[in-house]
Amino acid sequence: MSSRERILGRVRRALADVPPGEDVPVERDYLREHGERTVEETVDLLAENLADYRAVVHRTDTGSLPGVVAELLSARGASTVLVPPGLDEGWLAAAEVTRVPDEAGSTPHELDQVDSVLTACAVAIAETGTIVLDGSPDQGRRRISLVPDHHICVVRVPDQVVASVPQALERLDPARPLTWISGPSATSDIELDRVEGVHGPRTLEVVLVR
Amino acid sequence: MSGTFVGMPAFPAAAREAVRDTTLRGNLRHATHTIRAKRARAVAELDDWERLRQAGKRIKDRTLRHLDRYLVQLEESVTAAGGVVHWAADADEANRIVAELVKATGETEVVKVKSMATQEIALNETLEAQGIHAYETDLAELIVQLGKDRPSHILVPAIHRNRGEIRDIFTREMGEWGRPAPEGLTDTPADLAEAARLHLREKFLRAKVGISGANFMVAETGTLVVVESEGNGRMCLTLPETLISVVGIEKIVPTWQDLEVFLQTLPRSSTAERMNPYTSMWTGTTDGDGPRNFHLVLLDNGRTDTLADEVGRQALRCIRCSACLNVCPVYERAGGHAYGSVYPGPIGAILSPQLRGTASEIDASLPYASSLCGACYEVCPVAIDIPEVLVHLRERVVEGGEAVREGNKVRLRPAKGHAAERAAMRAARWALTRPGALRTGQRLASRTRRLHPRTLPGPGRAWSGTRDLPPVPAEPFRDWWQRTRGGKDGAK
Repeated sequence: MSSRERILGRVRRALADVPPGEDVPVERDYLREHGERTVEETVDLLAENLADYRAVVHRTDTGSLPGVVAELLSARGASTVLVPPGLDEGWLAAAEVTRVPDEAGSTPHELDQVDSVLTACAVAIAETGTIVLDGSPDQGRRRISLVPDHHICVVRVPDQVVASVPQALERLDPARPLTWISGPSATSDIELDRVEGVHGPRTLEVVLVR
Repeated sequence: MSGTFVGMPAFPAAAREAVRDTTLRGNLRHATHTIRAKRARAVAELDDWERLRQAGKRIKDRTLRHLDRYLVQLEESVTAAGGVVHWAADADEANRIVAELVKATGETEVVKVKSMATQEIALNETLEAQGIHAYETDLAELIVQLGKDRPSHILVPAIHRNRGEIRDIFTREMGEWGRPAPEGLTDTPADLAEAARLHLREKFLRAKVGISGANFMVAETGTLVVVESEGNGRMCLTLPETLISVVGIEKIVPTWQDLEVFLQTLPRSSTAERMNPYTSMWTGTTDGDGPRNFHLVLLDNGRTDTLADEVGRQALRCIRCSACLNVCPVYERAGGHAYGSVYPGPIGAILSPQLRGTASEIDASLPYASSLCGACYEVCPVAIDIPEVLVHLRERVVEGGEAVREGNKVRLRPAKGHAAERAAMRAARWALTRPGALRTGQRLASRTRRLHPRTLPGPGRAWSGTRDLPPVPAEPFRDWWQRTRGGKDGAK
């Protein structure tokens, strides 16, 4: 007998007390979102919660975005920036940096040499201060937002902002590789006290674009 | 390699040692009190917490009560998404599968995401014996591995270490494993985190094989979820060419929507955050992004035996948040090592004796490692009634009876150490069903009360060693009642 059959057999014997056809209903009487907010207030909450977990938040409009991006890169002293294949080229129009394309062939060591990465996102969650990347062409492979130490993520507000975790899951496609990011990398492993900055990008800048 | 739990002394002996360690007591008190207050604040932010908690409980119950169906569904969806599913009935089989998968890649080192399941089966030790080095990459796991130590907490395995001790371990050991700690390393948490970043970076960048567990597996989509903070998880899940995930069969949730409950309750319960810094979700393999080969090893190792116990099976709802450890007065004082298992604290006290059976001295003692205060039940985000299961397991230890081990029904014999307790209970049952004998006995006890010893003799000594014997009144209650009618006549 294979282990598959053995385990499934054990499970079925263990559940001999469960009546056939039984259904345990899951009552979803919890809230779809917490509190009532206008769209504007939801965006404000996102900014507040992102900042609470030490992400650096900037707010701008489409026209000024290239300038803001250029400024952030230059303030960081970045000379190279990773660029996902489908990123709006205009976002980097004002930046004087070398663009490094996100290529399948590049090695982790090569990615480690790049100063910054610029991506869009799939959705942002106000209640938890979370941005979610889903590997779409304007976000690129998972590793490009991981290895460089500086991540700039552009969120289109209010379209990409939802209030809550349940609303975010409704918008996301489970077939895509998803990365949920809430602030820069951190750890609570020393005396259960939170410190920012371990393996992922130690600086996360989120640009909310209207 | 890190120490193992084999041959651990029973909880009372190990706890007696541990409570004498004043550094350990200080470290634990500091850490658990810090997180307790923060968790309470994070939970208070959600005014539907109790409804989320009940929904989490029901989702897990639904999974467990139809686990066979969901396992088959999960296998189908993972396979359809490009993953390969393996089934492991016990630890040996899981270790064998993983070792063979690693060997097939030709690699001799792997990077690991923190995983309770691989701790449980002692995967690192097994791989090491076959010439494969497994590098732990979670900061706390790294501290434990470098310190040749044992984990003492589910979420923060090095909770028993303070910053000074961690600095000393890094300075002493990092050079043996790879890049040494920076010169003049201080004990500030930020510097220690930086040292870990530098030490592990080269390992991440060259790794070809990653090994992980998972917090959740979604049956309908085949999606696996890993919740973490540092980014070491993302490194291990996305940079290597081969990813092997070893996951307990109870980690399933039926639907994608079910995640909306646990992604709210888990971070707030474990690290007291609205959301942990990083959550990775992947479904099989994705062309051009992440590992090209994905293997899922589904682990039983005592879980189906636990499932067979109608009272005890609720322990399988556990999502490993560790809130119960942080509020437990026994854990706070004894620390995690005394529990003799990778699962310490209240949840460990009900999980280990079910996964491993109650045959060993340590496992038979674990259901007693509690004051039954119930704080663990109150904070549990999936409402596991830990005190109920503790009492149930105590009964099993004392009385013996039917249980399932490795899929077979067995009749457990009553544990040896409890003969006196059983004799006392038998005597009580005899006396309490014979009012005449009870009355005579009570009167005799009242009249001789000045002669009573302050501690029990013989096998009762251990019981009275830590408790006061209740004083016997000068007159039995029923005699007093008959004489005074409850004091109505003004008589005393």
